[in-house]
Amino acid sequence: MSNTLSLSRRRFLTTTATAAGAAALGAALPASRAHAAGDLTVGFIYVGPKDDFGYNQAHAEGAAAVKAMSGVTVVEEENVPETVDVQNTMQSMINFDGASLLFPTSFGYFDPHILEMAVKYPDVRFEHAGGMWSADKHPMNVGSYFGYIGMGQFLNGITAGHATKTKKIGFVAAKPIPQVLLNINSFLLGARQVDPTITCQVIFTGEWSLAVKEAEATNALADQGCDVITCHVDGPKVVMETAAGRGAYICGYHANQSPLAPDMYLTGAEWNWAGVYTGMVQTVLDGGEIGNFVRGGLAEGFIKMSPLGPAVSDAARAQFEETKAKIMAGGYAVINGPMSDNKGNVIATAGQSFVETDVALESMDYLVDGVIGSTS
Amino acid sequence: MSELATTPTVPSRTSALQVLMPRAEAVVIPLVALLTGLIVFSLFLVAVGKSPADFYALVYKAGFSSSFSWQNTLSRVAPLLLAALCVALPARLGLVVIGGEGAIALGGLAAAVVGVWLAGAPSVIGFALMVVAAMLVGGAWIGAVGALRFRRGVNETIASLLMAYIAIALMNHWVEGMFRDPTSLNKPSTTPLPPALRVGEMPIGIDVHWGFAAGVLACIASWVLIERTTLGFAARIAGDNVRAAQVQGLPVGKLIIGFTALGGAFAGLAGFFEVAAVHGSANGSLVSGYGYTGILIAFLARHNPLAIIPVAILLGGFEASSGLIQRRMDLPDATVVVLEGIVFVAILLSETFYGRFRIFTAAYWAKP
Repeated sequence: MSNTLSLSRRRFLTTTATAAGAAALGAALPASRAHAAGDLTVGFIYVGPKDDFGYNQAHAEGAAAVKAMSGVTVVEEENVPETVDVQNTMQSMINFDGASLLFPTSFGYFDPHILEMAVKYPDVRFEHAGGMWSADKHPMNVGSYFGYIGMGQFLNGITAGHATKTKKIGFVAAKPIPQVLLNINSFLLGARQVDPTITCQVIFTGEWSLAVKEAEATNALADQGCDVITCHVDGPKVVMETAAGRGAYICGYHANQSPLAPDMYLTGAEWNWAGVYTGMVQTVLDGGEIGNFVRGGLAEGFIKMSPLGPAVSDAARAQFEETKAKIMAGGYAVINGPMSDNKGNVIATAGQSFVETDVALESMDYLVDGVIGSTS
Repeated sequence: MSELATTPTVPSRTSALQVLMPRAEAVVIPLVALLTGLIVFSLFLVAVGKSPADFYALVYKAGFSSSFSWQNTLSRVAPLLLAALCVALPARLGLVVIGGEGAIALGGLAAAVVGVWLAGAPSVIGFALMVVAAMLVGGAWIGAVGALRFRRGVNETIASLLMAYIAIALMNHWVEGMFRDPTSLNKPSTTPLPPALRVGEMPIGIDVHWGFAAGVLACIASWVLIERTTLGFAARIAGDNVRAAQVQGLPVGKLIIGFTALGGAFAGLAGFFEVAAVHGSANGSLVSGYGYTGILIAFLARHNPLAIIPVAILLGGFEASSGLIQRRMDLPDATVVVLEGIVFVAILLSETFYGRFRIFTAAYWAKP
């Protein structure tokens, strides 16, 4: 054993020495990244599988649209953990593939991974979904973008409000963080546009991707009489199939899940990353600058709704389209006072409302009255 | 009488092979198993219409060919070395502990909490207490698995796996509750460590943090402990035959709890480096599977702490190449997992070949 060990140690030392030498040459690496003008390599990095019917698939569909653009090469990598792994992947795409525009899409990639790489590679542009870029804290070659998908859950809620017979709807949620809480609240408030006696039971699984608990939670909701179910987890497939199997209607999230259960699928709140990404890449191809802090909703094409399913009634369709038109017009608010949370605390006084663009919504820490569940 | 006079010269003529070949068994068998695994995996690649030559060329390019490749490989190795020790040390006592992931999570959380609490203290004290906290928590967690085994006869494999789930749930609970930095909105985390308590890169020209050096030292120290101390000798006896060890009056309980706790302490140390060198705070990203890859490495290294070092580097290289393989060969991410799985099975199968080949015996080479 000691024989091989000293061998591998010696080999390790020589290679390390070579490595140090190569690093000393310095300029050699960036030079090898030089590419023909007009040839842009874009890297997409996903935290889970590209075909998860959810968060990652939504981004991968965006990447596929970019792939179809001329003068652009797309490189992709899936199942990259939020550790030093993603730093290595970013560097590998920069060094081996010559990528100069990166979309590391998972929320947890931002701090510290993207921030460190942005300092190390100032010529590369890093675009991050959901990150809170701020001018005084973060490098200028980093941008963050996100969409007001809570509005999509509000529209989901309207179809759910029409479809429910038990007046109980259900929500399988990953973690009690602001983005998720806004979706839960929006889903219930949408349903209450139809009938103010509707309640929404929420179950938190505690993890972004944990199929077993998602199935348990969905079954528990069905057992309690919830007959329309939606979710906010990375891959909604398990929730959708389990709920439909129990005879509950389903509202999709992240991507279009209607192929999983077409008869039970009402509609879904989908990301429209194809439009966003092709727009951003075109900006770079044209020599322009992508903004560092980009937000958009239905009107801006950041999110879209799945086509309404066969179970959606005419009355539901009419209210859905009418509300959607109001949201498209801009300035729509789902949180309108007077409103209290489900512990009785006032969250909006009479006349007070929070429109979709209100930054206060991005630090939401409550469940509104009518949601059954707790944030802690 | 003349026979007696000639015998001493016989061993001196063949002593090199007589000494070497029995030792070579522990090297040759795993290497042949590794090669067999790679060949079987090549068949798998051919079956899906891909070129094995391209594959191995990409593994070399991504994992071992340039300074960046080595950085990519070695930066993954630090937590793997320590996580593998969490499996290898108890294994010398015959225990299969697979719950290192939990000790990494709780060790990392302990380091983050202590580091924030000590903000402003001299960094030597800060680092020392963070390391102690991480190792104590990790050690207590896996030590408890050993204690359950010894005192209550609870299967340590199941106990350590289930306790890993509990540890991860506790870590998430505390990160999202008691220790949450209120400004970490959509990714609950502890308050970031002060810059003085961040672990930096080693001065070797590539970005590899000090956790790598600590992992290598821990492996060497563990080897010395097992192979060169009476404690290690006692542990090996107890691992081979626990009743014989008890009859001999060896403190089996203390050995079990001590070795599991030491393994857990190393996993906790991996958590410390993940927090202090990589993330800067404790959060859900601490749970990323290092504890499970560590199991694979420990088994491939046959629980020899020194062998863990090259095996971890080899696996680090495999994992470093995963991305390039996805991008260049259009193979799914699971390809490297398939490779690791096949190699793992090959190594496990090879365990049955020890002692089956006469060329590895001293007697075979002791020609009269």
